[in-house]
Amino acid sequence: MTTALRISAADNVATALEALAPGATVQIDEIAVAVTETIPRGHKVALREIRAGDVVIKYGSSIGIASSDIAAGAHVHVHNVASSRGRGDAAHSQPSRPGIRLAEPDADA
Amino acid sequence: MSAHASFPGYPRADGRVGVRNHVLVVPTVICSAIVAERIAQAIAPVGAALPHLAGCGQLGPDMALTHDTLAAYCRHPNVGAVIVVALGCEQVVAQRLAEEAARAGKPAAVIAIQAEGGTVRTTTKGIEIARRMAAELAGVERRPCDISSLVVSVKCGGSDYTSGLASNPAVGRVADRLVDAGGAVVLGEVAEIMGAEHLLAARASRPDAAAQLLRIVNRVEAEAIALGLDIRGTQPSPGNIRGGLTTIEEKSLGATHKAGERTRLEAVVAYAAPITARGLTVMDTPGLDVESVTGMVGGGAQVVLFTTGLGTPTGNPIAPVIKITGNGRTAAAMADNLDVDVSRVIADAEPLDDAAARLFDELIAVVSGKPTAAERLGHREFAIHRRNPTI
Repeated sequence: MTTALRISAADNVATALEALAPGATVQIDEIAVAVTETIPRGHKVALREIRAGDVVIKYGSSIGIASSDIAAGAHVHVHNVASSRGRGDAAHSQPSRPGIRLAEPDADA
Repeated sequence: MSAHASFPGYPRADGRVGVRNHVLVVPTVICSAIVAERIAQAIAPVGAALPHLAGCGQLGPDMALTHDTLAAYCRHPNVGAVIVVALGCEQVVAQRLAEEAARAGKPAAVIAIQAEGGTVRTTTKGIEIARRMAAELAGVERRPCDISSLVVSVKCGGSDYTSGLASNPAVGRVADRLVDAGGAVVLGEVAEIMGAEHLLAARASRPDAAAQLLRIVNRVEAEAIALGLDIRGTQPSPGNIRGGLTTIEEKSLGATHKAGERTRLEAVVAYAAPITARGLTVMDTPGLDVESVTGMVGGGAQVVLFTTGLGTPTGNPIAPVIKITGNGRTAAAMADNLDVDVSRVIADAEPLDDAAARLFDELIAVVSGKPTAAERLGHREFAIHRRNPTI
């Protein structure tokens, strides 16, 4: 059974169709990636190393910018991907309200 | 794949086609909403009320939007007759709404709570009129109508990772097929086009349609930026994020699939404004599900294809809302709210074309009279968009 789905050949992430445990292998065409951390069902796994500032690609289009280095096999989500759109918080150089500060969960600690 | 060239519907005097034949009971203002609801309940399920929060205390553009949206429902092809329930001192003018219905060839009546002498007399008189209208409509038979007369609203709500992989692409294939047959599709929720607007603009049939699309997307983005807030948390929502969607770009790229893969963008219209183009129209609506569906139905959509990953019950007072999910767990957990399960696209590699064919068959069954889950459960959510404070 397919465990993860890459939608476009240009994508650097794939969607986990079931929860993936560390050590599991995701095989998509010529790419084989060892999962490095738990990927919840429906969440994304990096198919190759994505450097901070690189574009994260799904559906063959940008879904945002890596906010930190992401290793191949790592969980790709709000903790390491920033949207490029509707970023009033960035435009005003002030933090978002706590209730919607979902972009940087590590900063809420 | 079954072929459908026509379906049994209700041809209207204005040339449009209804897929339902409701007696619409319209309160002009929040103050007459309860009376309107009681009148409609007396003739359920033919009766449909439009309870809303506005109609008074509104300035300029918001007042116009309230009137125009109510007027659009009075003219709507899914409506066979109209009762306008006024209070008597509000801003929305009951007679003008009744005239809109009459111009579209529908019987229309006006009653006012202050003139009739209170809740009890108005309700009693309203129910008498409603029963007479319902009896007349019961004698109207459906007649064969071409599927090119359909205006289908495409909508998603409670999205998760399955929406972009299964349910939205399945709806998109239905949209392609409907437009190939001469029909129309309307996509709303401008915020959920943000990040995918380049794909729709590239499919515009005219440069001005592409320019209008980019203008409204840029306006919504500028509004978020002007508030000094990150749109994430609203777009995508907390539930979307739990479901695996990371950014608005990702949500939009999955969401726009439901507008078709090859439909041409023909027009961009204002909230609840008439949808006249065949092919794809984008309507300038907010992302909130009920406000968005209210606007697209107001524009003339007779039926809604609504995808959901997490599950949501939203219906509409006059248009059937067909719920489609690609999430097998949601299909089981919220079975009473859902109409079509396309989860085997992900779980069993069901071809998307097969799932789309099943969905197209269900669409034709529903426009031919089959009740949707939302209709069976009495989900008739209605909310008019507003931009300014109550005065």
